[in-house]
Amino acid sequence: MENFIKTVAPNIWAYRTRFIQSLLDTWSLFLIPGIISFILGIFFGVVLTITKKGGIKQNTVIFRIIDTIINIFRAIPFVILLIFLIPFTRLIVGTAIGVRGAVIPLIFGTVPFFSRQVETALANVSPGKIEAARAMGSGIFGLIFRVYLHEAVPELARVTTITAISLVGLTTMAGAVGAGGIGSFAINYGQGQGHPDIVNVCVVVLLVAVCIIQAIGSFVAKKTTNRTFIHKIYKKDNI
Amino acid sequence: MIEIENVTKIFRTKAGTVEALKDVSLKIEKGETYGVIGYSGAGKSTLVRCINFLETPDIGAVTIDGTRIEIDNEKLFLVKDGEKTRLSEKSLNKLRSSIGMIFQHFNLLDRSNVFDNIAYPLKYTGKSKKEIHDRVFELLELVGLESKVNAYPCELSGGQKQRVAIARALANNPKILLSDEATSALDPDATESILNLLKDLNKKLGVTIVVITHEMGVIKSICDRVAVMEKGKVVEEGRVYDIFSNPKQPITRKFVNSTSSLSKVDELVKKDSPLVKSQAGESRLYRLVFDKSVNNPVISEVSRKFNVDFNIILANVEAIGDQTIGAMIVKLSGEDKAIDAALTYLSATKVRVEAV
Repeated sequence: MENFIKTVAPNIWAYRTRFIQSLLDTWSLFLIPGIISFILGIFFGVVLTITKKGGIKQNTVIFRIIDTIINIFRAIPFVILLIFLIPFTRLIVGTAIGVRGAVIPLIFGTVPFFSRQVETALANVSPGKIEAARAMGSGIFGLIFRVYLHEAVPELARVTTITAISLVGLTTMAGAVGAGGIGSFAINYGQGQGHPDIVNVCVVVLLVAVCIIQAIGSFVAKKTTNRTFIHKIYKKDNI
Repeated sequence: MIEIENVTKIFRTKAGTVEALKDVSLKIEKGETYGVIGYSGAGKSTLVRCINFLETPDIGAVTIDGTRIEIDNEKLFLVKDGEKTRLSEKSLNKLRSSIGMIFQHFNLLDRSNVFDNIAYPLKYTGKSKKEIHDRVFELLELVGLESKVNAYPCELSGGQKQRVAIARALANNPKILLSDEATSALDPDATESILNLLKDLNKKLGVTIVVITHEMGVIKSICDRVAVMEKGKVVEEGRVYDIFSNPKQPITRKFVNSTSSLSKVDELVKKDSPLVKSQAGESRLYRLVFDKSVNNPVISEVSRKFNVDFNIILANVEAIGDQTIGAMIVKLSGEDKAIDAALTYLSATKVRVEAV
Protein backbone atom coordinates (compact mmCIF):
# COMPACT_ATOMS: atom_id res chain seq x y z
CA MET A 1 0.00 0.00 0.00
CA GLU A 2 2.73 2.39 1.06
CA ASN A 3 4.77 1.49 -2.03
CA PHE A 4 1.73 1.83 -4.25
CA ILE A 5 1.04 5.37 -3.01
CA LYS A 6 4.75 6.22 -3.30
CA THR A 7 4.80 5.21 -6.97
CA VAL A 8 1.42 6.61 -8.05
CA ALA A 9 1.44 9.82 -6.04
CA PRO A 10 4.84 10.41 -4.41
CA ASN A 11 4.04 13.94 -3.31
CA ILE A 12 0.85 12.90 -1.51
CA TRP A 13 3.02 10.53 0.53
CA ALA A 14 5.49 13.30 1.25
CA TYR A 15 2.73 15.64 2.45
CA ARG A 16 0.56 12.91 3.97
CA THR A 17 -0.02 14.60 7.33
CA ARG A 18 -1.07 17.86 5.65
CA PHE A 19 -3.24 15.84 3.25
CA ILE A 20 -5.04 14.08 6.08
CA GLN A 21 -5.42 17.36 7.96
CA SER A 22 -6.93 18.94 4.84
CA LEU A 23 -9.40 16.05 4.57
CA LEU A 24 -10.45 16.56 8.19
CA ASP A 25 -10.77 20.31 7.61
CA THR A 26 -12.99 19.72 4.58
CA TRP A 27 -15.09 17.34 6.65
CA SER A 28 -15.62 20.09 9.25
CA LEU A 29 -16.24 22.70 6.54
CA PHE A 30 -18.89 20.39 5.13
CA LEU A 31 -20.52 19.16 8.32
CA ILE A 32 -20.86 22.29 10.48
CA PRO A 33 -22.23 24.68 7.82
CA GLY A 34 -24.14 21.73 6.35
CA ILE A 35 -26.11 21.01 9.51
CA ILE A 36 -26.75 24.68 10.25
CA SER A 37 -27.78 25.35 6.64
CA PHE A 38 -30.08 22.34 6.64
CA ILE A 39 -31.99 23.63 9.64
CA LEU A 40 -32.10 27.24 8.40
CA GLY A 41 -32.98 26.18 4.85
CA ILE A 42 -35.91 24.04 6.02
CA PHE A 43 -37.03 26.92 8.23
CA PHE A 44 -36.94 29.55 5.49
CA GLY A 45 -38.36 27.14 2.92
CA VAL A 46 -41.32 26.48 5.21
CA VAL A 47 -41.80 30.18 5.94
CA LEU A 48 -41.76 30.95 2.20
CA THR A 49 -44.28 28.18 1.55
CA ILE A 50 -46.79 29.19 4.18
CA THR A 51 -46.53 32.96 3.66
CA LYS A 52 -46.77 32.95 -0.11
CA LYS A 53 -49.98 33.89 -1.87
CA GLY A 54 -52.57 31.21 -1.19
CA GLY A 55 -50.38 29.72 1.57
CA ILE A 56 -51.79 28.57 4.87
CA LYS A 57 -50.59 31.73 6.64
CA GLN A 58 -50.38 34.20 3.80
CA ASN A 59 -48.22 37.20 4.67
CA THR A 60 -47.01 39.23 1.75
CA VAL A 61 -44.58 41.37 3.77
CA ILE A 62 -42.64 38.48 5.31
CA PHE A 63 -42.66 36.62 2.00
CA ARG A 64 -41.32 39.61 0.04
CA ILE A 65 -38.53 40.28 2.55
CA ILE A 66 -37.24 36.69 2.63
CA ASP A 67 -37.74 36.29 -1.10
CA THR A 68 -35.69 39.41 -1.85
CA ILE A 69 -32.86 38.52 0.55
CA ILE A 70 -32.63 35.06 -1.00
CA ASN A 71 -32.51 36.53 -4.48
CA ILE A 72 -29.76 38.98 -3.51
CA PHE A 73 -27.51 36.36 -1.92
CA ARG A 74 -28.09 33.91 -4.74
CA ALA A 75 -27.03 36.58 -7.22
CA ILE A 76 -23.62 37.17 -5.60
CA PRO A 77 -20.91 34.77 -6.80
CA PHE A 78 -19.53 32.79 -3.85
CA VAL A 79 -15.93 34.02 -4.19
CA ILE A 80 -17.14 37.62 -3.99
CA LEU A 81 -19.46 36.72 -1.08
CA LEU A 82 -16.46 35.32 0.81
CA ILE A 83 -14.63 38.64 0.65
CA PHE A 84 -17.75 40.72 1.14
CA LEU A 85 -18.61 38.90 4.37
CA ILE A 86 -15.12 39.18 5.95
CA PRO A 87 -16.02 42.09 8.31
CA PHE A 88 -19.23 40.40 9.35
CA THR A 89 -17.47 37.06 9.90
CA ARG A 90 -14.82 38.76 12.07
CA LEU A 91 -17.58 40.34 14.12
CA ILE A 92 -19.38 37.06 14.71
CA VAL A 93 -16.63 34.44 15.15
CA GLY A 94 -13.62 36.68 15.72
CA THR A 95 -11.63 35.58 12.68
CA ALA A 96 -12.04 35.42 8.93
CA ILE A 97 -9.59 32.61 8.26
CA GLY A 98 -9.48 28.91 8.95
CA VAL A 99 -12.42 26.59 9.37
CA ARG A 100 -14.06 28.97 11.88
CA GLY A 101 -13.83 31.87 9.47
CA ALA A 102 -15.34 29.89 6.62
CA VAL A 103 -18.46 28.67 8.43
CA ILE A 104 -20.37 31.97 8.10
CA PRO A 105 -19.79 32.52 4.35
CA LEU A 106 -20.55 28.86 3.66
CA ILE A 107 -23.89 29.22 5.47
CA PHE A 108 -24.63 32.39 3.52
CA GLY A 109 -23.72 30.62 0.32
CA THR A 110 -25.85 27.56 1.02
CA VAL A 111 -28.99 28.67 2.85
CA PRO A 112 -30.53 30.80 0.08
CA PHE A 113 -30.02 28.03 -2.46
CA PHE A 114 -31.35 25.36 -0.14
CA SER A 115 -34.34 27.46 1.00
CA ARG A 116 -35.43 27.78 -2.62
CA GLN A 117 -35.04 24.05 -3.11
CA VAL A 118 -37.09 23.32 0.01
CA GLU A 119 -39.75 25.74 -1.19
CA THR A 120 -39.95 23.85 -4.50
CA ALA A 121 -40.07 20.49 -2.72
CA LEU A 122 -42.94 21.64 -0.50
CA ALA A 123 -44.78 23.14 -3.47
CA ASN A 124 -45.03 19.61 -4.83
CA VAL A 125 -47.17 18.52 -1.89
CA SER A 126 -50.66 18.48 -3.38
CA PRO A 127 -52.95 21.26 -2.11
CA GLY A 128 -55.63 18.60 -1.67
CA LYS A 129 -53.69 16.98 1.18
CA ILE A 130 -53.42 20.36 2.89
CA GLU A 131 -57.12 20.95 2.42
CA ALA A 132 -57.99 17.52 3.81
CA ALA A 133 -55.82 18.13 6.88
CA ARG A 134 -57.42 21.55 7.41
CA ALA A 135 -60.83 19.91 7.17
CA MET A 136 -59.73 17.50 9.91
CA GLY A 137 -58.91 20.43 12.14
CA SER A 138 -55.13 20.55 11.84
CA GLY A 139 -53.58 23.84 12.88
CA ILE A 140 -50.57 25.47 11.29
CA PHE A 141 -47.99 23.26 13.04
CA GLY A 142 -49.94 20.13 12.21
CA LEU A 143 -50.03 21.19 8.59
CA ILE A 144 -46.28 21.91 8.51
CA PHE A 145 -44.99 18.85 10.33
CA ARG A 146 -47.65 16.23 9.65
CA VAL A 147 -48.40 17.09 6.04
CA TYR A 148 -45.86 19.35 4.30
CA LEU A 149 -42.61 18.03 5.78
CA HIS A 150 -43.94 14.48 6.14
CA GLU A 151 -45.10 14.13 2.54
CA ALA A 152 -42.09 15.94 1.05
CA VAL A 153 -39.41 13.69 2.60
CA PRO A 154 -38.28 12.00 -0.65
CA GLU A 155 -38.20 15.34 -2.44
CA LEU A 156 -36.33 16.90 0.48
CA ALA A 157 -33.80 14.04 0.34
CA ARG A 158 -33.21 14.83 -3.32
CA VAL A 159 -32.75 18.56 -2.84
CA THR A 160 -30.55 17.99 0.21
CA THR A 161 -28.31 15.81 -1.97
CA ILE A 162 -28.03 18.52 -4.62
CA THR A 163 -27.26 21.14 -2.00
CA ALA A 164 -24.73 18.92 -0.20
CA ILE A 165 -22.86 18.35 -3.44
CA SER A 166 -22.80 22.05 -4.20
CA LEU A 167 -21.61 22.65 -0.62
CA VAL A 168 -18.61 20.36 -1.28
CA GLY A 169 -17.76 22.65 -4.17
CA LEU A 170 -18.11 25.74 -2.01
CA THR A 171 -15.80 24.34 0.71
CA THR A 172 -12.99 24.03 -1.83
CA MET A 173 -13.56 27.61 -2.91
CA ALA A 174 -13.48 28.76 0.68
CA GLY A 175 -10.18 26.92 0.93
CA ALA A 176 -8.79 29.19 -1.74
CA VAL A 177 -9.16 32.20 0.53
CA GLY A 178 -7.63 30.69 3.62
CA ALA A 179 -10.14 28.27 5.08
CA GLY A 180 -7.90 25.24 4.66
CA GLY A 181 -9.27 21.93 3.50
CA ILE A 182 -8.73 19.96 0.38
CA GLY A 183 -9.27 22.96 -1.92
CA SER A 184 -6.38 24.94 -0.48
CA PHE A 185 -4.25 21.79 -0.33
CA ALA A 186 -4.77 21.24 -4.05
CA ILE A 187 -4.01 24.85 -4.84
CA ASN A 188 -1.02 25.39 -2.54
CA TYR A 189 0.70 22.02 -2.67
CA GLY A 190 -0.56 20.73 -6.01
CA GLN A 191 -0.81 23.61 -8.41
CA GLY A 192 1.48 26.01 -6.48
CA GLN A 193 4.41 23.63 -6.12
CA GLY A 194 3.95 21.88 -9.43
CA HIS A 195 2.83 18.47 -8.12
CA PRO A 196 0.16 17.29 -10.57
CA ASP A 197 -0.28 14.03 -8.64
CA ILE A 198 -1.62 15.99 -5.66
CA VAL A 199 -4.23 17.70 -7.87
CA ASN A 200 -5.20 14.35 -9.35
CA VAL A 201 -5.62 12.68 -5.98
CA CYS A 202 -7.71 15.61 -4.74
CA VAL A 203 -9.97 15.26 -7.79
CA VAL A 204 -10.40 11.54 -7.12
CA VAL A 205 -11.13 12.11 -3.43
CA LEU A 206 -13.79 14.75 -4.22
CA LEU A 207 -15.27 12.50 -6.89
CA VAL A 208 -15.63 9.66 -4.41
CA ALA A 209 -17.15 12.00 -1.82
CA VAL A 210 -19.73 13.30 -4.30
CA CYS A 211 -20.59 9.76 -5.39
CA ILE A 212 -21.16 8.68 -1.79
CA ILE A 213 -23.41 11.69 -1.09
CA GLN A 214 -25.40 11.00 -4.25
CA ALA A 215 -25.75 7.32 -3.42
CA ILE A 216 -27.01 8.03 0.11
CA GLY A 217 -29.42 10.68 -1.18
CA SER A 218 -30.85 8.46 -3.90
CA PHE A 219 -31.21 5.57 -1.46
CA VAL A 220 -33.11 7.65 1.07
CA ALA A 221 -35.31 9.19 -1.64
CA LYS A 222 -36.16 5.78 -3.03
CA LYS A 223 -36.87 4.27 0.38
CA THR A 224 -39.20 7.10 1.36
CA THR A 225 -41.25 7.45 -1.83
CA ASN A 226 -44.86 6.47 -1.14
CA ARG A 227 -43.88 4.84 2.16
CA THR A 228 -42.09 5.45 5.44
CA PHE A 229 -38.40 4.65 5.81
CA ILE A 230 -39.07 2.10 8.50
CA HIS A 231 -42.26 0.10 8.04
CA LYS A 232 -44.67 -0.03 10.92
CA ILE A 233 -46.82 -3.14 11.04
CA TYR A 234 -50.15 -2.95 12.82
CA LYS A 235 -52.10 -5.98 13.96
CA LYS A 236 -55.63 -6.08 15.18
CA ASP A 237 -55.06 -7.79 18.49
CA ASN A 238 -51.96 -6.12 19.81
CA ILE A 239 -50.44 -2.72 19.77
CA MET B 1 -78.62 20.19 11.38
CA ILE B 2 -77.09 22.60 8.90
CA GLU B 3 -78.61 25.93 8.14
CA ILE B 4 -77.06 28.27 5.63
CA GLU B 5 -78.54 31.75 5.57
CA ASN B 6 -77.93 34.42 2.98
CA VAL B 7 -74.35 33.37 2.32
CA THR B 8 -72.43 35.37 -0.26
CA LYS B 9 -68.90 34.63 -1.35
CA ILE B 10 -66.93 36.73 -3.79
CA PHE B 11 -63.52 35.76 -5.13
CA ARG B 12 -61.38 38.74 -6.01
CA THR B 13 -58.61 38.20 -8.50
CA LYS B 14 -56.57 40.51 -10.67
CA ALA B 15 -58.77 39.55 -13.60
CA GLY B 16 -61.85 40.71 -11.74
CA THR B 17 -64.33 39.51 -9.18
CA VAL B 18 -66.30 36.28 -9.33
CA GLU B 19 -69.46 35.93 -7.31
CA ALA B 20 -69.21 32.27 -6.37
CA LEU B 21 -72.24 32.34 -4.07
CA LYS B 22 -75.05 34.85 -4.30
CA ASP B 23 -77.22 35.08 -1.23
CA VAL B 24 -77.64 31.33 -0.83
CA SER B 25 -79.91 29.88 1.85
CA LEU B 26 -80.39 26.19 2.56
CA LYS B 27 -81.61 24.00 5.36
CA ILE B 28 -80.41 20.43 5.74
CA GLU B 29 -82.21 18.21 8.21
CA LYS B 30 -80.58 15.84 10.67
CA GLY B 31 -79.93 12.38 9.26
CA GLU B 32 -80.81 13.14 5.68
CA THR B 33 -78.66 12.76 2.61
CA TYR B 34 -78.68 16.06 0.79
CA GLY B 35 -77.43 16.50 -2.73
CA VAL B 36 -76.05 19.62 -4.36
CA ILE B 37 -75.82 19.35 -8.11
CA GLY B 38 -74.51 21.78 -10.69
CA TYR B 39 -71.98 22.16 -13.46
CA SER B 40 -68.40 23.03 -12.60
CA GLY B 41 -68.19 26.65 -11.58
CA ALA B 42 -71.75 26.71 -10.31
CA GLY B 43 -70.51 27.30 -6.76
CA LYS B 44 -71.38 23.94 -5.24
CA SER B 45 -67.85 23.23 -3.98
CA THR B 46 -67.64 26.70 -2.49
CA LEU B 47 -71.01 26.22 -0.82
CA VAL B 48 -70.00 22.98 0.87
CA ARG B 49 -66.68 24.52 1.94
CA CYS B 50 -68.64 27.22 3.71
CA ILE B 51 -70.10 24.52 5.97
CA ASN B 52 -66.70 23.68 7.48
CA PHE B 53 -65.22 27.09 6.70
CA LEU B 54 -62.48 25.89 4.41
CA GLU B 55 -63.79 28.93 2.56
CA THR B 56 -64.87 31.91 4.58
CA PRO B 57 -67.99 33.53 3.19
CA ASP B 58 -68.02 37.31 2.83
CA ILE B 59 -71.27 37.59 4.65
CA GLY B 60 -74.04 35.36 5.95
CA ALA B 61 -74.68 32.91 8.75
CA VAL B 62 -74.12 29.18 9.12
CA THR B 63 -75.63 27.12 11.92
CA ILE B 64 -74.20 23.68 12.53
CA ASP B 65 -75.89 21.42 15.04
CA GLY B 66 -77.04 24.35 17.12
CA THR B 67 -73.80 26.33 16.90
CA ARG B 68 -74.56 29.56 15.11
CA ILE B 69 -71.76 31.36 13.33
CA GLU B 70 -72.29 34.70 11.70
CA ILE B 71 -69.90 35.94 9.10
CA ASP B 72 -69.29 39.58 8.57
CA ASN B 73 -66.68 40.78 6.11
CA GLU B 74 -64.93 37.38 6.11
CA LYS B 75 -64.67 37.38 9.90
CA LEU B 76 -66.29 34.60 11.90
CA PHE B 77 -68.37 35.34 14.97
CA LEU B 78 -69.81 32.79 17.35
CA VAL B 79 -73.31 33.69 18.45
CA LYS B 80 -74.31 32.30 21.82
CA ASP B 81 -77.21 33.49 23.96
CA GLY B 82 -77.47 36.60 21.83
CA GLU B 83 -73.81 37.47 22.38
CA LYS B 84 -71.45 37.76 19.47
CA THR B 85 -67.81 36.82 20.03
CA ARG B 86 -64.98 36.38 17.56
CA LEU B 87 -64.41 32.69 16.76
CA SER B 88 -60.85 31.74 17.68
CA GLU B 89 -58.57 29.73 15.41
CA LYS B 90 -58.63 26.93 17.97
CA SER B 91 -62.41 26.70 18.18
CA LEU B 92 -62.57 26.83 14.40
CA ASN B 93 -60.21 23.85 14.14
CA LYS B 94 -62.28 22.03 16.72
CA LEU B 95 -65.46 22.74 14.78
CA ARG B 96 -63.81 21.50 11.60
CA SER B 97 -62.69 18.27 13.24
CA SER B 98 -66.32 17.57 14.12
CA ILE B 99 -67.30 17.58 10.44
CA GLY B 100 -65.99 14.79 8.20
CA MET B 101 -65.09 15.46 4.60
CA ILE B 102 -64.14 13.29 1.63
CA PHE B 103 -62.77 14.41 -1.72
CA GLN B 104 -62.66 13.52 -5.38
CA HIS B 105 -58.95 12.71 -5.26
CA PHE B 106 -59.07 11.09 -1.81
CA ASN B 107 -56.21 13.29 -0.48
CA LEU B 108 -54.63 10.56 1.60
CA LEU B 109 -51.08 10.92 2.84
CA ASP B 110 -49.04 8.87 0.36
CA ARG B 111 -46.25 8.26 2.84
CA SER B 112 -48.55 6.89 5.54
CA ASN B 113 -50.09 3.47 5.49
CA VAL B 114 -53.81 2.89 5.88
CA PHE B 115 -53.60 2.72 9.67
CA ASP B 116 -51.72 5.99 10.03
CA ASN B 117 -53.98 7.74 7.53
CA ILE B 118 -57.06 6.81 9.52
CA ALA B 119 -55.29 7.60 12.79
CA TYR B 120 -54.38 11.11 11.56
CA PRO B 121 -57.40 12.94 13.03
CA LEU B 122 -57.20 10.85 16.23
CA LYS B 123 -53.61 11.69 17.11
CA TYR B 124 -52.79 14.71 19.26
CA THR B 125 -56.31 14.79 20.65
CA GLY B 126 -55.43 13.30 24.02
CA LYS B 127 -56.36 9.74 23.10
CA SER B 128 -54.19 6.86 24.28
CA LYS B 129 -52.40 4.59 21.83
CA LYS B 130 -54.78 1.78 22.63
CA GLU B 131 -57.86 3.94 22.08
CA ILE B 132 -56.52 5.03 18.71
CA HIS B 133 -55.61 1.47 17.77
CA ASP B 134 -59.04 0.12 18.66
CA ARG B 135 -60.87 2.96 16.96
CA VAL B 136 -58.86 2.53 13.73
CA PHE B 137 -59.70 -1.18 13.56
CA GLU B 138 -63.35 -0.42 14.33
CA LEU B 139 -63.37 2.01 11.37
CA LEU B 140 -61.57 -0.48 9.12
CA GLU B 141 -64.27 -3.01 9.87
CA LEU B 142 -66.94 -0.43 9.13
CA VAL B 143 -65.55 0.24 5.63
CA GLY B 144 -64.51 -3.38 5.04
CA LEU B 145 -60.76 -2.88 4.67
CA GLU B 146 -59.26 -4.73 7.63
CA SER B 147 -56.93 -6.74 5.43
CA LYS B 148 -55.32 -3.57 4.04
CA VAL B 149 -54.32 -2.02 7.38
CA ASN B 150 -50.61 -2.02 6.53
CA ALA B 151 -50.94 -1.12 2.85
CA TYR B 152 -49.86 2.23 1.43
CA PRO B 153 -52.25 4.28 -0.72
CA CYS B 154 -50.22 3.53 -3.87
CA GLU B 155 -51.09 -0.15 -3.37
CA LEU B 156 -54.85 0.48 -3.25
CA SER B 157 -57.48 0.88 -5.95
CA GLY B 158 -59.50 4.09 -6.24
CA GLY B 159 -62.47 2.60 -4.44
CA GLN B 160 -60.28 1.31 -1.61
CA LYS B 161 -58.62 4.72 -1.26
CA GLN B 162 -62.01 6.35 -0.95
CA ARG B 163 -62.95 3.79 1.74
CA VAL B 164 -59.84 4.77 3.69
CA ALA B 165 -60.78 8.42 3.24
CA ILE B 166 -64.29 7.71 4.52
CA ALA B 167 -62.91 5.87 7.57
CA ARG B 168 -60.59 8.81 8.23
CA ALA B 169 -63.45 11.30 7.88
CA LEU B 170 -65.57 9.33 10.37
CA ALA B 171 -62.79 8.85 12.93
CA ASN B 172 -64.03 11.49 15.35
CA ASN B 173 -67.69 10.43 15.12
CA PRO B 174 -68.83 13.45 13.14
CA LYS B 175 -72.54 14.17 12.83
CA ILE B 176 -71.97 15.57 9.36
CA LEU B 177 -70.10 14.10 6.40
CA LEU B 178 -69.36 16.32 3.41
CA SER B 179 -68.68 14.54 0.15
CA ASP B 180 -67.06 16.63 -2.57
CA GLU B 181 -67.39 14.73 -5.87
CA ALA B 182 -66.32 11.60 -3.99
CA THR B 183 -67.20 9.22 -6.81
CA SER B 184 -66.23 11.36 -9.80
CA ALA B 185 -62.81 9.76 -10.18
CA LEU B 186 -64.06 6.19 -9.75
CA ASP B 187 -65.15 3.53 -12.23
CA PRO B 188 -68.85 2.53 -12.24
CA ASP B 189 -68.34 -0.50 -9.97
CA ALA B 190 -66.38 1.43 -7.38
CA THR B 191 -68.87 4.30 -7.62
CA GLU B 192 -71.71 1.95 -6.82
CA SER B 193 -69.93 0.36 -3.89
CA ILE B 194 -68.96 3.75 -2.42
CA LEU B 195 -72.52 5.04 -2.82
CA ASN B 196 -73.84 1.90 -1.11
CA LEU B 197 -71.35 2.40 1.70
CA LEU B 198 -72.47 6.01 2.16
CA LYS B 199 -76.10 4.89 2.21
CA ASP B 200 -75.27 2.24 4.84
CA LEU B 201 -73.35 4.69 7.00
CA ASN B 202 -76.22 7.15 6.81
CA LYS B 203 -78.58 4.45 8.09
CA LYS B 204 -76.25 2.80 10.58
CA LEU B 205 -74.69 5.89 12.15
CA GLY B 206 -77.39 8.44 11.40
CA VAL B 207 -74.76 10.76 9.98
CA THR B 208 -76.06 13.66 7.90
CA ILE B 209 -74.45 13.54 4.47
CA VAL B 210 -74.03 16.42 2.06
CA VAL B 211 -73.16 15.20 -1.41
CA ILE B 212 -71.78 17.43 -4.13
CA THR B 213 -71.86 16.01 -7.62
CA HIS B 214 -72.41 16.77 -11.25
CA GLU B 215 -73.92 13.35 -11.86
CA MET B 216 -77.67 13.01 -11.50
CA GLY B 217 -77.19 9.25 -11.05
CA VAL B 218 -75.51 9.87 -7.68
CA ILE B 219 -78.37 12.08 -6.52
CA LYS B 220 -80.89 9.51 -7.69
CA SER B 221 -79.31 6.62 -5.86
CA ILE B 222 -78.59 8.10 -2.42
CA CYS B 223 -80.11 11.52 -1.84
CA ASP B 224 -83.35 12.42 -0.10
CA ARG B 225 -83.36 16.02 -1.18
CA VAL B 226 -81.43 17.98 -3.75
CA ALA B 227 -80.49 21.56 -4.54
CA VAL B 228 -79.71 22.50 -8.12
CA MET B 229 -77.13 25.25 -8.43
CA GLU B 230 -76.39 27.53 -11.32
CA LYS B 231 -74.11 30.59 -11.37
CA GLY B 232 -73.82 30.82 -7.60
CA LYS B 233 -77.51 30.44 -6.88
CA VAL B 234 -79.79 27.62 -5.84
CA VAL B 235 -82.29 27.62 -8.68
CA GLU B 236 -84.38 24.65 -7.61
CA GLU B 237 -84.65 22.64 -4.44
CA GLY B 238 -86.80 19.83 -3.17
CA ARG B 239 -87.28 16.12 -2.68
CA VAL B 240 -85.36 14.11 -5.27
CA TYR B 241 -88.52 12.32 -6.41
CA ASP B 242 -90.35 15.57 -7.01
CA ILE B 243 -87.44 17.07 -8.87
CA PHE B 244 -87.25 13.98 -11.07
CA SER B 245 -90.95 13.77 -11.77
CA ASN B 246 -91.43 17.45 -12.31
CA PRO B 247 -88.27 19.44 -13.01
CA LYS B 248 -89.07 23.13 -13.40
CA GLN B 249 -85.86 24.90 -14.40
CA PRO B 250 -84.23 24.21 -17.78
CA ILE B 251 -80.97 23.22 -16.07
CA THR B 252 -82.80 20.78 -13.82
CA ARG B 253 -84.48 19.25 -16.83
CA LYS B 254 -81.09 18.87 -18.44
CA PHE B 255 -79.74 17.04 -15.39
CA VAL B 256 -82.79 14.80 -15.18
CA ASN B 257 -82.51 13.97 -18.86
CA SER B 258 -78.86 13.10 -18.44
CA THR B 259 -79.79 9.92 -16.55
CA SER B 260 -82.75 8.92 -18.63
CA SER B 261 -82.92 7.86 -22.26
CA LEU B 262 -86.13 9.76 -22.79
CA SER B 263 -84.34 12.85 -24.02
CA LYS B 264 -83.22 10.78 -27.00
CA VAL B 265 -86.59 11.27 -28.61
CA ASP B 266 -85.79 14.93 -29.14
CA GLU B 267 -82.69 13.89 -31.07
CA LEU B 268 -84.72 11.45 -33.14
CA VAL B 269 -87.24 14.15 -33.97
CA LYS B 270 -84.44 16.52 -34.89
CA LYS B 271 -82.82 13.94 -37.15
CA ASP B 272 -86.17 13.22 -38.82
CA SER B 273 -85.85 9.56 -37.99
CA PRO B 274 -88.50 7.28 -39.53
CA LEU B 275 -89.06 5.95 -36.00
CA VAL B 276 -90.82 9.12 -34.95
CA LYS B 277 -92.29 10.21 -38.23
CA SER B 278 -96.04 10.41 -38.09
CA GLN B 279 -97.75 9.77 -41.34
CA ALA B 280 -100.44 12.29 -42.06
CA GLY B 281 -103.56 11.77 -40.00
CA GLU B 282 -102.51 8.29 -39.05
CA SER B 283 -100.59 8.56 -35.83
CA ARG B 284 -99.37 11.06 -33.26
CA LEU B 285 -96.42 11.15 -30.89
CA TYR B 286 -96.80 11.68 -27.15
CA ARG B 287 -94.70 11.58 -24.05
CA LEU B 288 -96.47 9.88 -21.15
CA VAL B 289 -95.13 10.29 -17.63
CA PHE B 290 -96.20 7.89 -14.90
CA ASP B 291 -95.38 8.84 -11.35
CA LYS B 292 -95.95 7.13 -8.01
CA SER B 293 -99.70 7.78 -8.14
CA VAL B 294 -100.22 5.57 -11.18
CA ASN B 295 -100.61 1.90 -10.37
CA ASN B 296 -103.07 0.56 -12.93
CA PRO B 297 -102.21 -1.04 -16.25
CA VAL B 298 -103.50 2.06 -18.01
CA ILE B 299 -102.01 1.48 -21.44
CA SER B 300 -103.79 -1.78 -22.17
CA GLU B 301 -106.92 -0.49 -20.50
CA VAL B 302 -107.05 2.59 -22.72
CA SER B 303 -106.16 0.60 -25.77
CA ARG B 304 -109.10 -1.70 -25.26
CA LYS B 305 -111.54 0.96 -24.22
CA PHE B 306 -110.95 3.47 -27.00
CA ASN B 307 -109.73 1.20 -29.74
CA VAL B 308 -106.41 2.95 -30.27
CA ASP B 309 -103.01 1.36 -30.75
CA PHE B 310 -99.96 2.25 -28.72
CA ASN B 311 -96.67 1.84 -30.43
CA ILE B 312 -94.05 2.25 -27.68
CA ILE B 313 -90.93 3.82 -29.13
CA LEU B 314 -88.98 4.44 -25.95
CA ALA B 315 -89.71 3.63 -22.36
CA ASN B 316 -87.82 4.16 -19.14
CA VAL B 317 -88.52 3.46 -15.51
CA GLU B 318 -86.42 5.14 -12.83
CA ALA B 319 -86.14 3.89 -9.30
CA ILE B 320 -85.65 6.79 -6.93
CA GLY B 321 -85.21 5.55 -3.43
CA ASP B 322 -88.06 3.06 -3.06
CA GLN B 323 -90.37 4.79 -5.51
CA THR B 324 -90.51 4.58 -9.27
CA ILE B 325 -91.17 7.02 -12.01
CA GLY B 326 -91.69 5.97 -15.61
CA ALA B 327 -92.05 7.69 -18.88
CA MET B 328 -92.57 6.53 -22.41
CA ILE B 329 -92.75 7.90 -25.87
CA VAL B 330 -95.69 6.42 -27.73
CA LYS B 331 -97.08 6.66 -31.20
CA LEU B 332 -100.86 6.62 -31.10
CA SER B 333 -102.79 5.35 -34.06
CA GLY B 334 -106.52 5.24 -34.53
CA GLU B 335 -109.32 7.65 -35.21
CA ASP B 336 -108.64 11.23 -34.22
CA LYS B 337 -111.67 11.32 -31.95
CA ALA B 338 -110.69 8.10 -30.23
CA ILE B 339 -107.15 9.38 -29.66
CA ASP B 340 -108.42 12.60 -28.10
CA ALA B 341 -110.74 10.65 -25.84
CA ALA B 342 -107.93 8.31 -24.88
CA LEU B 343 -105.66 11.21 -23.97
CA THR B 344 -108.32 12.83 -21.85
CA TYR B 345 -108.83 9.55 -20.05
CA LEU B 346 -105.09 9.15 -19.48
CA SER B 347 -104.85 12.64 -18.00
CA ALA B 348 -107.73 11.78 -15.70
CA THR B 349 -105.78 8.78 -14.36
CA LYS B 350 -102.92 11.12 -13.42
CA VAL B 351 -100.71 10.14 -16.31
CA ARG B 352 -99.02 13.28 -17.57
CA VAL B 353 -99.47 13.67 -21.32
CA GLU B 354 -97.25 15.90 -23.44
CA ALA B 355 -97.33 16.15 -27.21
CA VAL B 356 -93.91 15.75 -28.76
